[in-house]
Amino acid sequence: MTGLSLQNVQISLQGKLLLDISETIKPGGSLTVMGPSGVGKSTLLAYIGGFLDPVFSASGTVTLNGKDITQLLPQSRGTGILFQDPLLFPHMSVGENLLFAVPQTIKGAQRTHTMEEALNRVGLEGYSERDPATLSGGQKARVALMRVLLSQPSVLLLDEPFSKLDADRRSQIRDLVFTEAKQQNLPTILVTHDEEDAIAAGDKIIRLTQD
Amino acid sequence: MLKSGPILAIAILLGPVLCGLLATLLPAFGYLPVLGQSDFSLEFFNQLFQQPAIFQSTLLSLTTGLGTTFIALGVVIAFVSGWYGTRSFARLQHLISPLLSVPHAAAAFGLAFLIAPSGFLMRLISPWATGSSRPPDVLILQDQMGLAMVAGLIAKEIPFLLLVTLAALPQTQANQSRYVTQTLGYGATTGFILTTWPLVYRQIRLAVFAVIAYAASVVDVAVILGPSRPSTLSVRLAQWMSDPDISLRFMASAGALLQLATVIAAIVIWMFLEKVFTRLRNRIALQGMRFSKDRVLKLASFSTLTLFVVLVFAGLFVLALWSVAGLWTFPDTLPQNLSLRNWTRTYPTILSPLSTTLITGFCATAIAIILSLACLEREARAGRKNGNNALLLIYLPLIVPQVSFVFGLQVFFLWLGLDASWVALVFVHLIFVLPYVFLSLSDPWRAWDKRYQFMAFGLGASSNRVFWKVRLPMLLKPVLVAAAVGFAVSIGQYLPTILIGAGRLPTITTEAVALASGGNRRIVGVYAFLQMVLPFLAFALAAAIPALLFKNRKGMRAAP
Repeated sequence: MTGLSLQNVQISLQGKLLLDISETIKPGGSLTVMGPSGVGKSTLLAYIGGFLDPVFSASGTVTLNGKDITQLLPQSRGTGILFQDPLLFPHMSVGENLLFAVPQTIKGAQRTHTMEEALNRVGLEGYSERDPATLSGGQKARVALMRVLLSQPSVLLLDEPFSKLDADRRSQIRDLVFTEAKQQNLPTILVTHDEEDAIAAGDKIIRLTQD
Repeated sequence: MLKSGPILAIAILLGPVLCGLLATLLPAFGYLPVLGQSDFSLEFFNQLFQQPAIFQSTLLSLTTGLGTTFIALGVVIAFVSGWYGTRSFARLQHLISPLLSVPHAAAAFGLAFLIAPSGFLMRLISPWATGSSRPPDVLILQDQMGLAMVAGLIAKEIPFLLLVTLAALPQTQANQSRYVTQTLGYGATTGFILTTWPLVYRQIRLAVFAVIAYAASVVDVAVILGPSRPSTLSVRLAQWMSDPDISLRFMASAGALLQLATVIAAIVIWMFLEKVFTRLRNRIALQGMRFSKDRVLKLASFSTLTLFVVLVFAGLFVLALWSVAGLWTFPDTLPQNLSLRNWTRTYPTILSPLSTTLITGFCATAIAIILSLACLEREARAGRKNGNNALLLIYLPLIVPQVSFVFGLQVFFLWLGLDASWVALVFVHLIFVLPYVFLSLSDPWRAWDKRYQFMAFGLGASSNRVFWKVRLPMLLKPVLVAAAVGFAVSIGQYLPTILIGAGRLPTITTEAVALASGGNRRIVGVYAFLQMVLPFLAFALAAAIPALLFKNRKGMRAAP
């Protein structure tokens, strides 16, 4: 079975149930989790990614392409994530940020080639030597997207990645992310409080409410 | 390997203190088979209490410890409460931070050269104001009450207490509390003490205890600035401990226990004062006493703090001047000529202590950094936060007086056949370097944005790769600053170096203090100047290396 499947994923904080989700997301499909801030929607991504804060208690199984990943180390799960901030490593150049993500199975000159190709793909040709801090918000977002895709994840987790972009860039980056995710046949989970994001994702939507 | 980090660190913090105390306790009661004594008795306590003016020495240690802490903390509270958040505050803070790295002995020498009867201040006002071209015959330095010594200690403890206070402030809502209390009509100082201070004090209490213990048992500052007839208890103990007559060691051990009791008594008295203070504060709050006109206090705290800062800086300047002074007779304000002759003359003898200082400082700091990183990384991977007990452990070597356990440690090393060895010297420095390195590194290390780690994990990077390629480079600057702190602490160590090195591994600090009684200001100037300049160099490197490595990375300039 391909895609991402969540079976009885329950997350609670001090005995209070925050969410209870059973869903399957097909490759290229998406699930949008909506809700006001503070409702605990990001904890779902943290649970899938393997970095949920131990103050939360969680149960349920996460299966990725038929493999149970619930007990795996975060680095072995293949869960690429994008946060609100692009979080480009500030001590590395743009190119080094991308090379960090290229799997070790790709070797030698092929690595640089892969990295440059990724930059070209998002219109940032020749940016590899640049200091990430000198890029615009939209450029940073594009580098962050390419970085996560280069690592060849099996699922894409989006934690409100468009919320800090200004309005005109926002739809542009959003379209880019979903196009790329579809093209690479990745199941995607988007956490957001923005209706437009949900519409753009275009698939199943779950709404969490503050009781 | 990572798992052994915390265990090793605990062993280094706890082990020597316990072993050292035990090896002090047994000889104090007459048990030291190595020296042919194995009958338990109180004989050596009798011997101790028959020493002339021993009670006076003990009382002196107690009062200097409490007095220093009381005044230094008072100045810091008054200053922070009145000026926090203002531009003057930021400016003065920048001036004060470097003072933290100046070794105590160097600052004490600077003060001595400034206020001595033939010192710089007297030269400034002679002969036109004093009417005399000879130094006045008054006991300004080494006065009976230990005032000069307390002044020297306050000048060094204010920067320390200010820094720990500043580190604790972000965890309080100092700014909001100030708005609230001020709109309710409270003066800035009163408002701060009633609302923010209790939260701050809870976090810095152990640091305050460390200051009490330090000031009540310090040796080097007491030798330079403290009274001599009688000296403080710690100074007399240090003399007995390094006396060629080994039989004095039993009495010295008994004295080390007396010193420990003195520090405990000082802390107990302090805890009583805490209670009184809390009572008073509650009363003021419940009565709604506002003390809204506090300008005088504000000005007083600002000028007191400035005075101490100026004193230390001026002292360091006079030190530097003496190290290059040619003929400089009283009452000339400045030397008649400057030359490097003092330096060239000292050069052959200074090389060996200088290299000992550098090598010991470097090794102790490197080990402390590795251990601290191992502990912090282990903590991060286990997802646990260390509680209060861990903090108490870190402060343990800083609160138990050095004189009380390092002497025992010396006996211990003797037994292991490691006395006066490099291993022992580096180890004993490590005991005191490790807490400071850990304390200065842990805040920035823990404050690092964990999402970088989650991001890197998502990209498939292993824990080790995240540590070496992401976290360590991003936190290089705080790591190097912590290393500079550790190096400065190592350079400042006097008593452990003297006792463990048994005089055979002198450093520039032990040499400088040994020269204190000789009174050759030019040579002392050279040693003390080096003592003050080495930590500055370490801090300069800590700033320069990341700036150079990441000169094209704007995102690295905002301090993480």
